[in-house]
Amino acid sequence: MREAWLPLAVLIALGAAPLLGFGGSYETTLMARTMILGMAAVSLSFLVGGAGLASLGHAASVGVGAYAVAILDAHGVTEAARVLPVAVGAAAVFSLATGAIAIRTSGVHFIMITLAFGQMAFFTASSLAAYGGDDGYTLYSRTEVLGTRLLEDRLAFHYICLGALALTWAVCAMLLASRFGRVLRAARENAQRVEAVGLAPYSFRLVGYVLAGAMGGLAGFLLANATEFVSPASLSWQRSGELLFMVILGGAGRLWGAILGALAFVLLETWLAQQMQHWKLVFGPLLVLAVIFLRGGLSGLVARRHG
Amino acid sequence: MTTQLLLVQALNGLQLGILLFLVAAGLTLVFGVMDFINLAHGVQYMLGAYLGASLAAATGSFWWGLVLALPAALAAGLLLEVLVFRHLYARDHLAQVLATFGVILFLNEGVKVVWGAAPLQVAVPPLLEGGVEIMPGLQYPLYRVAVLAAGIATAAGLWWLVERTRAGMLVRAGATNAAMVSALGVDIGRLFTLVFAFGAMLAGFAGVLAGPIFSVEPGMGDNVLILAFVVIVIGGIGSIRGAFVAALLVGLIDTLGKSLMPDLMRLFLDASAARQAGAALASMLVYVAMAAILAFRPAGLFPVRAG
Repeated sequence: MREAWLPLAVLIALGAAPLLGFGGSYETTLMARTMILGMAAVSLSFLVGGAGLASLGHAASVGVGAYAVAILDAHGVTEAARVLPVAVGAAAVFSLATGAIAIRTSGVHFIMITLAFGQMAFFTASSLAAYGGDDGYTLYSRTEVLGTRLLEDRLAFHYICLGALALTWAVCAMLLASRFGRVLRAARENAQRVEAVGLAPYSFRLVGYVLAGAMGGLAGFLLANATEFVSPASLSWQRSGELLFMVILGGAGRLWGAILGALAFVLLETWLAQQMQHWKLVFGPLLVLAVIFLRGGLSGLVARRHG
Repeated sequence: MTTQLLLVQALNGLQLGILLFLVAAGLTLVFGVMDFINLAHGVQYMLGAYLGASLAAATGSFWWGLVLALPAALAAGLLLEVLVFRHLYARDHLAQVLATFGVILFLNEGVKVVWGAAPLQVAVPPLLEGGVEIMPGLQYPLYRVAVLAAGIATAAGLWWLVERTRAGMLVRAGATNAAMVSALGVDIGRLFTLVFAFGAMLAGFAGVLAGPIFSVEPGMGDNVLILAFVVIVIGGIGSIRGAFVAALLVGLIDTLGKSLMPDLMRLFLDASAARQAGAALASMLVYVAMAAILAFRPAGLFPVRAG
């Protein structure tokens, strides 16, 4: 963990930023986006790096969490004590149902079947005419916390996102270090040997998949509140690809790499989009170069320096 | 729903299936022989459509556009192979997914810069204008019949190439065990490049054919790509026969589902809700089919690799 100084520094910087003059609406919106995508990426990194399950449908569980907020909002339920458990629970149930089938496959097939489930969620969201359909749904207001408008407060929301990110990181790290995580990692390296010692990799993977989905649901809850808007685009396979890219850019071998990956991704995307209209012309090749040359990701670079 | 409408929809489904097959054939060969996931295969289809459209406009003839677009698509494929894909063969699937995702971003934006964001219209060539009477009083567009015929002819040619020629034998051997083929003294690198360029040309061919039917626009390759992946996963990775069967299956399911589902839903819902729910369910059908097939046959309908 000694090499984890950089992500810790990033978290501290995010915590200090509003106090150092970066508390404006634009900056906090950008930081909230970074932290929420960071949470989604950390939970995906737990799956990819920890369990060896490269899901190309992780955005779906984030989207399920976000849509739970929107659907409850449309029915007048805006109390976090009820919305949050539903959002997290819905994402966990979605992951359980899809994971039960997806985890039977491995390798390329796993990537493809998670992609297929993601697409199913995407089309379902587009068909929800009562909740905006293709156009998406604008929330009446942010979720209330015990009857107060706490999430409307820019600073409070900032620190809630930061806390949730830190919590996600800590929970994933603890899970990976636990006996449960050791079985997951062992199954990633050699599933047969895990079976030989009498443990079923399938059930461990499924539990891991559901946990990651639930954390995705938490990110979705915050995402819906951050933008006060939910649309099918947040479940698209391109978004899943972006999350996966954040994980790889940061380095799948280390959980905190995903935080660096999300930060680098959002900053680069925002900066490039300000520089030129066709920023994807630069962004795409940068992605290719990062994959070809930056093995081990950003966290690998940091770790080698401290080798 | 009359028999006539059903017949027309079935023909449309077969024709979508044929186009999907042309895209999926290259994808499954590349995937099977090189164990390489190429997400950028869809943009090669898009590139084919754009090249066909603009070359047809420049020469004033759809046929010259077709003839010139094929070598151009082949060249584009070769260029991508040399610049990007060659560096990824030895990497894991995740790296391949992400790097080719970068290529998608670049090319989708690239065609916007070159041809603009508005869809291009391609006219049906005068020779194939009008319709044929497939049933008394039922006209079906001649161009679509021609696409169907061209696709079936290409499929037959491909079958002959793969099953009856020396190059095809090497491709099949490579799909089964690439290392063994290499050990027997075949230049596997050259075989890879050849298969790759050929696959790119087939995708480009499908793009040119699709031009007069669908609108030619940025991002048009993305949906086709996902469907083509569904096709090769259902068919069994590396299997041309599997790709053919699965492509027709997916084409039929998708097209018939889209026309039948809204009517089916009307049994349970009111008209507008039925239209919305039906459309969404229809879009999901192919993914449901894929998940069902993978749940029972994880290696697809016609698995190539043993074990």
